[in-house]
Amino acid sequence: MVGIVLISHSHGLASEAAELARSVCGVDVPVAAAGGADDGGVGTSVDKVAAAVDEVDQGDGVVLIPDLGSSVLTARLLESPGSVVIADVPFVEGAISAAVAAAGGASLEGVLAAAAEARSFRKL
Amino acid sequence: MDTRFFVIWMEEITAAVRAGRDHLTRLDAAIGDADHGTNLDRGFAAVAEALAARPPDTPGGVLVLAGSTLIRKVGGASGPLYGTAFREMGKALGDAADVSAADLASALEAGVAGVRRLGGAEEGDKTMVDALAPAARAMARGVGGGGDPEVAFAAAAAAAEEGAKATVPLVARKGRASYLGARSTGHEDPGAASTALIVGALRAVAARRSPRPKSRP
Repeated sequence: MVGIVLISHSHGLASEAAELARSVCGVDVPVAAAGGADDGGVGTSVDKVAAAVDEVDQGDGVVLIPDLGSSVLTARLLESPGSVVIADVPFVEGAISAAVAAAGGASLEGVLAAAAEARSFRKL
Repeated sequence: MDTRFFVIWMEEITAAVRAGRDHLTRLDAAIGDADHGTNLDRGFAAVAEALAARPPDTPGGVLVLAGSTLIRKVGGASGPLYGTAFREMGKALGDAADVSAADLASALEAGVAGVRRLGGAEEGDKTMVDALAPAARAMARGVGGGGDPEVAFAAAAAAAEEGAKATVPLVARKGRASYLGARSTGHEDPGAASTALIVGALRAVAARRSPRPKSRP
């Protein structure tokens, strides 16, 4: 399965969004959270993101979903074409779309495309 | 310029960032999230520790280690950005044990290109690029035709300071300040201000290294 890493400035936001994405899938989809700075405060930690990528990488590729600012820049440092790629999508909706696609066995391109659809989701 | 010169430059930056920490944070409080000074202070303190623990043996090695440390320790957007700038500069200097001012000028241009690629900012977006890009141009001009490195570095520092001040009236188009839109005008960009400190530290180190003969009274 394609792995998903949720990168946020906030430890709580990343871990809760990851929990939400996992819980709507019903299967053991590899979603990891990399939230907050090394000291647990608000910020981004490249070490946490790298560890999360290792954790969810099953050999089918990894999609990084950053919230904003330094999360995006940190994600870009870890990009590796064809294996570790960034989805430029809304954080929560993109995470859920990507997780559902990954759980369904989609390829890396398929998961990215599903995540991208979250950009145009309407709530009403 | 040998490895020692680059280590001293990093030490000078660490001291300048420590001294300017509260000023940088105040600038960031106006249009950002009030952490630029503390983030950079933490990052460069970690650079000093890393250089002491694992002393590199080339100028390029100093800059790559500094960049990698900043990426890991800063925790804000300036970490990946400055980290990329220093790593790209270090890579451009390669394995040479001694580098010329012209080598450093081309390395700085590579650093600016790396920052632009990563952050997507252009000049006029009210970011560190507004100080970094003019500094690289001034340094390249200064060393062209074998100019005095000390003069070239001073010109680069002046260009960075001027570039930072010129961000005051701009509307931010990148980074946290861009969420403020037009309300970001009237404030100096903290990233451009810290770039001016970093290039200013290079000027200071070069000036100490080759003291000019003072005119006698």
